[in-house]
Amino acid sequence: MTNTTIATASSPLYSGRRRRNAIAKTLAWIATAFGLGWLILILGVLLYQGIGGLSLSVFTEMTPPPGAAGGLLNAIVGSLIITVLAVLIGTPIGILAGTYLAEYGRHDKLSSVVRFINDILLSAPSIVIGLFVYEIMVAPMGHFSGWAGAVALAVIVIPVVVRTTEDMLTLVPDTLREAAASIGLPRALMIMRIAYRAARAGIVTGILLAVARISGETAPLLFTALNNQFFSVNMSQPMPSLPVVIFQFALSPYEEWQKLAWTGALLITITVLALSVIARSLTASRKSS
Amino acid sequence: MSDMTLKGATVTAAEAASRSAVLKRLRLTDTIFHGLTRVAALAVLVLLSGVIIALVIGAAPALGTFGFSFLFDESWNPVTEKFGALAPIYGTLVTSAIAMLIAVPVGLMIAFFLTELCPMVLRRPIGIAIELLAGIPSIIYGIWGLFVFAPFLQQYVQPFLIDAFGSIPVLSTLFQGPPYGIGMLTAGLILAIMVLPFVTSISRDVFDAVPPVLKEAAYGVGCTTWEVFRYVVLPFTRVGVIGGFMLGLGRALGETMAVTFVIGNAHHVSASLFAPGTTISASIANEFTEAVGDIYTSSLVALGLILFFITFIVLAIARYMLMRLQQRVG
Repeated sequence: MTNTTIATASSPLYSGRRRRNAIAKTLAWIATAFGLGWLILILGVLLYQGIGGLSLSVFTEMTPPPGAAGGLLNAIVGSLIITVLAVLIGTPIGILAGTYLAEYGRHDKLSSVVRFINDILLSAPSIVIGLFVYEIMVAPMGHFSGWAGAVALAVIVIPVVVRTTEDMLTLVPDTLREAAASIGLPRALMIMRIAYRAARAGIVTGILLAVARISGETAPLLFTALNNQFFSVNMSQPMPSLPVVIFQFALSPYEEWQKLAWTGALLITITVLALSVIARSLTASRKSS
Repeated sequence: MSDMTLKGATVTAAEAASRSAVLKRLRLTDTIFHGLTRVAALAVLVLLSGVIIALVIGAAPALGTFGFSFLFDESWNPVTEKFGALAPIYGTLVTSAIAMLIAVPVGLMIAFFLTELCPMVLRRPIGIAIELLAGIPSIIYGIWGLFVFAPFLQQYVQPFLIDAFGSIPVLSTLFQGPPYGIGMLTAGLILAIMVLPFVTSISRDVFDAVPPVLKEAAYGVGCTTWEVFRYVVLPFTRVGVIGGFMLGLGRALGETMAVTFVIGNAHHVSASLFAPGTTISASIANEFTEAVGDIYTSSLVALGLILFFITFIVLAIARYMLMRLQQRVG
C-alpha cells in the first residue's frame, strides 16, 4: 500500500469537495442576506413614505375627496368594527371545533377529515372567500354591507383558531386529564376548567395571529363591505376599511390620496407586526416557564 | 361511591336525590358541550362545501353559455359578452412559475443556512425576521411593488435584460417589447418575495426534524457540511420539502393584492414577460364590482371556481406529502 491510494488533504478529490462545500456555504449566506434584504427594504421604504404623513389629522379626519387634505378616521373605525365582529363570530366556532379535534375525537374518522379540510381552508385564496360571501350574503340581500365583510373575515379566522386551539390542547399533558377524571370531573368540565387553562396562552396566541392575518386582508372585503366615503357605523350599509381605502387611494392619480395610502399601509404593518410579536412573546414565555 | 360507603347509613334520601340531580346536570353539560364541539367541527366541513356549492351555482350561467371552451378562449369582451379564461389562467401559471423558480432555490439555501451554518445566537432572530416577512399583508407588497419596485425594474433591470438577451433566439421572445415596469415579470418577482418566507420556514422546520444521529453518522465518515445536507438531510426530508413547495405554490396561485397592483390587467396571452397580463385573482379583484350583467359577473365567479379547483389540488398534495413526512419522523 502506497500513500497515493489514500485521499489526502491535497488530493484533487478532497479539494474539489472542499471547494463545493465553500461555494454552497457562500451561496447560503448570500441567499439569507437576499431574503433579509427585502424585509429591510420594504420596511424602510414604508417608514420613509408613511411617517411623513403620520399626524393627528390622520386619526381625526375623514377620507378626503380627490385633491383635498384629510385623514383615515372612517376607514380606521370601519376596520376596527369589522375585525372585532369577525373575531367575535369566528373565535367561538374555531375554539369549539379545535376542542373537538383535540379532546373528543382525537382519533376518529371525522377529525381526520375536518383536520384536512381545515388545512385547505387555512391556505385557500382569500379572494375566493370574498366571492363565496358575495354569493351567500351580498347577492341575496341586494347590497354590500359591513356584515358581509365581517362574515368574510370570520371565515378566514376560523381555520387559524381551529388549528392553534387543537395544537395547544394536544400539548396539555394527558396526566392532567387523567387526574381530573380520577376525581370524577366530567369531560366537559375537565376541558373547560383544566385543559383550557393550561392552554390559555396558546389559544390567545392563535386569536392574535388570526387578528394579524385579517387586519391586512383586502381581497375578501372588496366586494363584501365595499367602501364608503363617509363615516358609518351602520353594519348593513357598505363600510370603509383601511386595506380597501389603501387599494383605492394607491391606484388613484391624486398625490394626497397616494400619501394617505402610504400612511395607512404603515399603520397596518405596525399593527400586524406588533400583534405577531406579542403573540410570539406569549408562547415564548410559556415555553421557558 | 367510596363516599357513600364511608358515610354508610348517614346518606339520607334527600342527599341521594340532590346528588343524582347534580350528576344529571353534569351529564347534561357534558352532552351539550360534546354536541357543541361536534357541530363546530362539522361547521368547518359545511364551510368548505358551502364555498364549493356557492361558486358552482354562481358560475353556472357562464359555464352553461360558454361550455368547456371557456377554459381555452382568450377573448374577454364585456361589450359583446364573450368571455374566456385562457389569459387569466396563463397569467396565473406564468407568474407562479417565476415565483417558484426564484423562491425555491433561495428558500432552500436560507433553510440550509439556518439549520446548519448559522451561529446559534442568530438562529432565532433571523428565523423570526423571515417569519415576519411572511406576516406582512399582501397589500403592502402591492403598494411597494407599484411605487418602488416596478419603476426600479423599468429603469434598470428591464433595459438590461433586453440588451442582454435581445439577440438570443428563445430568450429574446421572453424579453421583448417596451419596458413598462408593470407586467408579468414584476408580478412574478413580487410573488417570489412573498412566497420565499413560506418555503423557508417550512423547509427549516422539516430539516430540524431530521434525527441528529443520521447527520452525526454522515459527519463521522468525513462528509462536508454541504454533503451532509445534500445526501442526508435532503433525501430524508424530500417529501416534506416538496409539500412545503406546494404550500408556497398554493399561496402564489391565489395571491391577489400584490399582483393586482403590478400586473397591468390586460386580457392577453403574450410570450413576453414584460407585457402586461392578468391573473385569475387580479381579474376578479379589478372587475368584480364594476361587472354589469349576469354573464360578466358569472364569468368572474367561474374564474374563482377554477382558481379554487387548482389551489385545492395543489394544497391537497402539499398536505398529503407533509403528513407522510410526519408519519415517517414521528
